[in-house]
Amino acid sequence: MTNMLYSFTGLILFVFGLFALISCPHPLRKILGGNVMSTGIFLFLVATSYRTDTASIDPVPQAMVLTGIVVSVSITAVALVLATRLQQSANRAMNRREKKNEGGAAEG
Amino acid sequence: MVSAESWIAVPVVVPLAAALLSFLVRRGSLFISLAAAIINVLAAAILVNQFFVSGPAQYAVGGWDPPLGISLRTDGPALIMLVLTGLTGVAISLYAWGYFSFRIDQPARAGRPEKQERFFWPLWMLQLTGLNGLFLSGDIFNIYVTLELIGVSAAGLAALSGKSASITAALRYLLVSLLGSMSYLLGVVFLYKTYGVLDLGLLQKMAGPTPGVIAALAVMSVGLLLKTAIFPMHFWLPPAHANALAPVSAILSGLVVKGSFFLLFRLWFDIFSPALPHTAFSLMGALGAGAILWGGIQALRQQRLKLLIAYSTISQLGYLLIAFPLAFTGGNSQTWSAVLFMASGHACAKIAMFMSAGTIMLHLGHDRIRELAGIRAYLPVTAFAYAAAGVNLMGLPPSGGFIGKWMMLIASLSTHQWLWALVLLAGSFLAVAYVFRVVEQLFVIPPDAPFIERHPRAGLLEWPALILALISLLMGLIAPYPLRLLDTGMAPQVVQVIGG
Amino acid sequence: MSWENALIVAILMSSFLPGIIIFMLPEKSTGLRTSLNLFGALLKMTLVVIMDLAIYYGRVFHMRLELMEGVELFLNADPLSAMFATLSSVLWLLTTIYAVGYLEGSPNRSHFFGYFSLCVTVTIGIAMAGNLITFLLFYEMLTLATYPLIIHRGTDEALAAGRSYLFYAFGGGGVFLFAVIWLHTLAGPADFTSAGFTPQLIDNDAPVLRFIFLLMIAGVGVKAALVPLHGWLPRAMVAPAPVSALLHAVAVVKAGAFGITRIVLDVYGIKNIIQLGLLPWLMTLSSITIIWGSLRALQQDGLKQRLAYSTVSQISYIALGISLADHRLALIGGLVHLVHQGLMKITLFFCAGNLAETLGIHKISEMAGVGRRLPLTMAAFTIGAMGMIGIPPTIGFVSKWYLCLGGITAHNWWVIVVLVISSLLNGAYFLPIIITAWFGKQQGSWPREKNFGRFETHWMLLAPPLVTALAVIVAGIIANAQFSPLAWVEFVVQEYTR
Repeated sequence: MTNMLYSFTGLILFVFGLFALISCPHPLRKILGGNVMSTGIFLFLVATSYRTDTASIDPVPQAMVLTGIVVSVSITAVALVLATRLQQSANRAMNRREKKNEGGAAEG
Repeated sequence: MVSAESWIAVPVVVPLAAALLSFLVRRGSLFISLAAAIINVLAAAILVNQFFVSGPAQYAVGGWDPPLGISLRTDGPALIMLVLTGLTGVAISLYAWGYFSFRIDQPARAGRPEKQERFFWPLWMLQLTGLNGLFLSGDIFNIYVTLELIGVSAAGLAALSGKSASITAALRYLLVSLLGSMSYLLGVVFLYKTYGVLDLGLLQKMAGPTPGVIAALAVMSVGLLLKTAIFPMHFWLPPAHANALAPVSAILSGLVVKGSFFLLFRLWFDIFSPALPHTAFSLMGALGAGAILWGGIQALRQQRLKLLIAYSTISQLGYLLIAFPLAFTGGNSQTWSAVLFMASGHACAKIAMFMSAGTIMLHLGHDRIRELAGIRAYLPVTAFAYAAAGVNLMGLPPSGGFIGKWMMLIASLSTHQWLWALVLLAGSFLAVAYVFRVVEQLFVIPPDAPFIERHPRAGLLEWPALILALISLLMGLIAPYPLRLLDTGMAPQVVQVIGG
Repeated sequence: MSWENALIVAILMSSFLPGIIIFMLPEKSTGLRTSLNLFGALLKMTLVVIMDLAIYYGRVFHMRLELMEGVELFLNADPLSAMFATLSSVLWLLTTIYAVGYLEGSPNRSHFFGYFSLCVTVTIGIAMAGNLITFLLFYEMLTLATYPLIIHRGTDEALAAGRSYLFYAFGGGGVFLFAVIWLHTLAGPADFTSAGFTPQLIDNDAPVLRFIFLLMIAGVGVKAALVPLHGWLPRAMVAPAPVSALLHAVAVVKAGAFGITRIVLDVYGIKNIIQLGLLPWLMTLSSITIIWGSLRALQQDGLKQRLAYSTVSQISYIALGISLADHRLALIGGLVHLVHQGLMKITLFFCAGNLAETLGIHKISEMAGVGRRLPLTMAAFTIGAMGMIGIPPTIGFVSKWYLCLGGITAHNWWVIVVLVISSLLNGAYFLPIIITAWFGKQQGSWPREKNFGRFETHWMLLAPPLVTALAVIVAGIIANAQFSPLAWVEFVVQEYTR
């Protein structure tokens, strides 16, 4: 029963993350949405390692989750770097525009 | 002494080692990567040879057999893609060499091209690792890892040019690819929950039309379609491909989308085709038809060369999907082969086109289609390469595209599926129109054309493009060899299902 | 590889390899380029003549390359392909000489001659295609190889003409491809050597076969400039004169006409096509084209445009002869016109090119008195025009004579009426040109005159039309000799009327 609970929670997290990834305009929120999605899947995956027929738990999903976490962390890192870069270049563009405006005002 | 099977690991291990090395050793990164690309193509040739001698092979990494361990395996489709990435990989590496040395010579942008080159080689090698891993993997979770590897390195490559447009495109690309692979992973979990195995071979034996499998395949397919940029989920592709550096555009448009497409193909035909109803295949065909027409029309409307080529990718990917319903009802295993054949022909042609576009941009400084006239005067090889690659997109004989289209048309007419045949022809006409829009500019030299000095290293930019374009153009004539690879490589039960 | 196969490959390569080398030559190496061109052309002609002799003495030329299951490239030289190949290679030699003279000193010649050679290679490929797939392959490649020649001048007009050419040619190519594949799915892969279908197929699928025939004729009809698919031809006249000559007399329209011949004689087979009742359709189509082309030619003032519409009309004589395929004489008349029209039309285009290049004359209204300035050219032109009208002893008369005889034996008076009307129209549009040229009075100076010293124009421009004009008369006089075009066509027809 708890197994089912975990599975459902995982799926719900996946859907939430998906929603955030698609609908939030801000890059950071999108990245977080992606993270929530992957957490949902991992939860779901961990829940599958429970087996009714044997006493032991299946080790494969655990290995998968570990690998998945590594992958997810590295993707988040790359995405954050890109988002930062984007922010920087947006800031630079804004500064330039402001400077230009100031310069224009001073001349005028 | 290395065992014969361990050659299978070479296409994965060598580029990975090259990626690490070229990241650490800055000076030699070019030669390390070039050597890795060459070793990669040699390994592919050796594997093909082994395949003809002794059939499909399997290699358990670290000596752990499936279901516990990870296995690499070769079969017909995997080898075709392996050879394709091998050949194009060498060409792209050579081109990138010329491309970066050209840009470094331009005094106006001091510092930037060097930095781009430094990151290009490791990322490109990582990309190659991911692609080869994807083709060779026999395990659906392992494939997930390679998908992510492909996605991350592709996003890194797309961001290389450093312009804010390309960073935006790269971030979007990364998120889309994340969404795609998450969706795929969810499918993997469903499958694991249903069957308790991850190995492709084992799944093939077990898969049946249960709700779990269908749900798994649905989420996996949506994810992969998104990553392959199939209409209407193509929105991210044109900006990402058109804003990247030329060698990167070539990699993204020629190889990366083929990676996720290959996986889609493998899942549908190799494993799940008995489990699926006909409507599912028709739905794929409908998406393909939409892609062909929409991509073609958009390509006609573009003013910039690289965007035109990017939209033509969307259109050409549609052909690959139209083959799904045809192969299902075609009663002919050849249609199945046509798909991979077309995919490889398109990869060569598209890479050649992006290379040509890059060469043109380096010399002219822009890629506005209306102002291209006259470049043939100093880049004759590039102009010809573009046109020769265009022949493949139009599907004219003797190109690989023609063979593919021929097999699909035969399948659609012999089963009276007229609609698909008409879409195929319409797509070809659109391709003629958008290819010749550019070619007519490339082939004339107006009297008042400006004189532009040809760069001394331009040969490194021009010849790889020409060779790939000629491969795609003459692919039809060498068709027996790859098709033989596919014939022997097809799993017998699949033949039965498609043939029956 | 047997020597027969080697010969086929050598014939194709004798223009392909020079073409590739010419692409790579720098613009300045005129001498090397010209000698390569001429060497290739001479070699090809010699090889083709050797092949003709071998075919005459019963040798079989077959060469196969399987691409995939049911799809193979098949080169097969039968008497019909020998005829087309000989015509192409002889006229290519002359056109090459002409083109070298015509383009002397103009830019982009490597590019031009490269595609020129490819164009002829592809034409020979069409001649020797042994099944529909091979034919299709070369047929589509012909479009690609001629396109750069049409837009060679690079003006907006040339680009527009190129676009219209592509539109028509690929439209036709697509329809043709569709028809070929449809037929393939019905009747399986069939070589030209094994014409016809099973009687069963004809009983079951007659309407489909008729529809496929129409699609195929529409597909090749674009290149053969059948009305209403002829629109590209007059527009393509912006190309340089040697290209027009090549397109009209050797490569493109002939490939179309040759395609019609192959479809009727070798794909469907005469017996089946009569059973399906398809010949009257072809006859109607060709009659309309003959009359319409002549009427349009009458309205043109541009010399090349008038010649272009005349081609539209004349090419359909071939289709007309084939539409009476069950009557030997008509078939001979149609097939022999494939050769005869080539000789006559190329003469006329050479002469038109000379007028443009030497005096800058493009319009018929500017031609008054030109006979005195360019007597030899205009003499050749007159002979070509006489041939077109069908005045004995030219070869044009021979074609029309056989077509008429065929019409009489078939009791088909319609054909005779068409022939008479079109001959009258031919006279109506050619005689005024000849009369103004010889008897008109020169008005003012020529638009753009060049002087070439000894001869009235450059010798390389003068020799080819004289040779072809001579051939127009000689081949007409010796029509009954053993090696005239007519005798060869009788040899060809033997195979189909057995």
